[in-house]
Amino acid sequence: MHTLFRPFAIKSSGDLARLGVILALFGLILFGALRYDHFLSPYNILSFLRYNSMFALIALGMAFVIITGGIDLSVGGTAAMASVVAALFSPVHWAAGLLAGMAAGFAVGALNAFIITKMRIQPFIATLATMLAAYGTGLLLADNQSVSVSYDSGFTVIGQDDFLGFPIPAWIALAAYVLGWLVLEKLPAGRHVLAIGDGEATAGLMGLKVERTLAAVYLASGTLAGLAGVILAAQFGAGQPTEGVGWELFAIASVVVGGTLLTGGSGSVGATLAGALLLAMVFNILNFENGLGWISLSAYWQSVIRGAFLLVVVILQAKLMTRRKTA
Amino acid sequence: MLLSMQGISKAFGGVSALKAASLEVEPGEVMALVGQNGAGKSTLIKILTGVYRRDEGSIAFDGRQVDFSMPAEAQTAGIATIYQEINLAPQRSVAENIYLSREPRRFGLLDHAAMRRGAEAVLATFNLSIDVDRPVAHFDAATRQMVAIARAVTQNARLVIMDEPTSSLDEREVGVLFETIRTLKRSGVAVIFIGHRLDELYAICDRVTIMRDGQTVAKSPMADMPKMALVRHMLGKELAAFQAMAPDEDAPERPVRLSVENAGAGVRVRDVSLTVREGEISGLAGLLGSGRTETARLVFGADRMDRGTIRMEGRERRYREPADAIADGIGLVSEDRKIDGIVPDMSIRENMTLALLPKLRKAGIVDRARQDEIVERYIRALGVKCASPDQPIKELSGGNQQKVLLARWLATDPRVLIIDEPTRGIDIGAKSEILKLLRSLADEGLSVLMISSELEELLSAADRVTVLSDGTSVATLPRKDLSEAALLAAMAHQAAPSGEQA
Repeated sequence: MHTLFRPFAIKSSGDLARLGVILALFGLILFGALRYDHFLSPYNILSFLRYNSMFALIALGMAFVIITGGIDLSVGGTAAMASVVAALFSPVHWAAGLLAGMAAGFAVGALNAFIITKMRIQPFIATLATMLAAYGTGLLLADNQSVSVSYDSGFTVIGQDDFLGFPIPAWIALAAYVLGWLVLEKLPAGRHVLAIGDGEATAGLMGLKVERTLAAVYLASGTLAGLAGVILAAQFGAGQPTEGVGWELFAIASVVVGGTLLTGGSGSVGATLAGALLLAMVFNILNFENGLGWISLSAYWQSVIRGAFLLVVVILQAKLMTRRKTA
Repeated sequence: MLLSMQGISKAFGGVSALKAASLEVEPGEVMALVGQNGAGKSTLIKILTGVYRRDEGSIAFDGRQVDFSMPAEAQTAGIATIYQEINLAPQRSVAENIYLSREPRRFGLLDHAAMRRGAEAVLATFNLSIDVDRPVAHFDAATRQMVAIARAVTQNARLVIMDEPTSSLDEREVGVLFETIRTLKRSGVAVIFIGHRLDELYAICDRVTIMRDGQTVAKSPMADMPKMALVRHMLGKELAAFQAMAPDEDAPERPVRLSVENAGAGVRVRDVSLTVREGEISGLAGLLGSGRTETARLVFGADRMDRGTIRMEGRERRYREPADAIADGIGLVSEDRKIDGIVPDMSIRENMTLALLPKLRKAGIVDRARQDEIVERYIRALGVKCASPDQPIKELSGGNQQKVLLARWLATDPRVLIIDEPTRGIDIGAKSEILKLLRSLADEGLSVLMISSELEELLSAADRVTVLSDGTSVATLPRKDLSEAALLAAMAHQAAPSGEQA
């Protein structure tokens, strides 16, 4: 709330980090606009938004998970599996594909929630296991190849068409972020998510329903990953069981770059979006740079840069934390 | 009667923690609940607030029989608990913390303005004017406590339980807290005040309930209970199971091995001076919270010392970490064997030689032959009763575990051994055996600094006793002046509060 309505009321180190990511994002846009001719061309902007909406969606779910102090490694596998499920159901009706893909994500989220809150397994381990299971299920359903979607049912509209001049995936992501912001900042549930991340035991003693809230968070993350999978299938015309590798890292990096503490208890929806856009922008600029012909960075470099980004931000966070402790 | 707990019993895994304990609180009164570590205060409170279930007994609150199965139920009924580690969400704002779980809403959305207004209003009744939008982590301990109390008040609590609320407050903050408690009293809210600083208890409490060994041993208006009597009730008197093990007359003054002068750190240790001579057992006494364990940790380098000097065999020393103290010949057997002493699943052999492993290396590998030799020697010397050195230590009795820990330090050949509550949780027969062992080690030249809550233990084993009160060494009693009365008098003494205090 503070970052939106009172941008200069900096009351915590988290606020500072969030301000930083927004400034960095504008800096990169300015840099790209000045350096490359077609950076601000409608084509680049629209395809940027169309492609990166998927990542923005999983980053949103991840933000909620990380705010509670957890982690969801299964989002990439979930998205891959959901893309296959959506493709398989797409001939029935476009909505069938959409709902089936989201339901697949919801199912993984429900499994995560059950394992984490009822079996009391660490989120890292639980979602590592469901990540493998989700990839495997996707490959099984797809028979180890990509599954074409139906072009007759209008399913591809979800990924490929525009509405009011903007890509439909971007509208979907925008709607999800508005909803996420509303929940985190304007509803008691969001305050409870933050308080649980601050300390589960304490939150329980204060009378919060810890298990129920945690379960809801993993369900949301799974469902958003499912939605990302639907968009993936619709955008590329096929369910892709081998896609999604490393998406969880992109999401985690976006959240962390957006100033959310990996230790939980602090975070913002708006800054997560800024973080996702910032990381995506780095790759967009790399593509343009490659286009200039001076350098030639392969796609593999993207992973290296992503990892380096994550590391730098996490180290900065740790430093901020220790400074706060000794202060 | 607001609260009446009668005949409460509770056992954990066959070990009895409460035996027909009782507690009664009237509306608008401040009840002191006191007792030693392990006396059963926290268990009693946790049963009241639904953290634990009782085995036997009845609880009536506000005229009705109650049986809370979780903390939230007790809260709803009007019982709020302010824990020692103040339970608030540190990164959330003051206003949010006050209203968490019952936030005011408008059209289903959070009503931040109402939350802010309400928080400011309730804090104003405690004369506290702060920015309620700031995270609670930004405020000092006293303010955080006030926020927790404000939360209780807005929950319409009829009874507020405060668990050692002053342990991390300075004198000014204690004054503010007491003012808050008086405000609560005036509005008819009762307070259960768990604490150890006698002056504070006498300053704020109306009545006192004293617990010992899981039982309620005394109830009285505070004014009718002299300090000496209170301390005596708390510590109790054990059957004199120990033979006098200390020499009858004072031994000739031996050279000082370890001396601590005017040591201080934070609010827990204010000004402590003590000496330990060669070949003697020096006792360190004091009530719970008087700074005994904290003093030991300072000497051992486990905590940073702010003020004062430590001399080891005449040379001034500054230990930055325990490794420095160990290298200088100091060992520490800590109070809680389970937390920072034994490694339960490891064998006796491994537990005994843990601190010694670096010295046992031969070409980087543990020299098994020497390890066996050392383990055999100490098992025999200390009389550890075990099936074999490879038996997991968790299978041993408390007394035998303590011996293994002792052996761990003895094997490093220390010149000073600090031992915190050497006989805690050990049955009475093994107690005197441990004390005899300490005596024979002292006779061989070891200097022992023994922290103990048990009067009998100090009286029978120590050559001299330094008494701490409120982080300050208030008396050092040589052998010839040691008596129960002298110890009690010194422990009941409290450093005179500096300046005006509530």
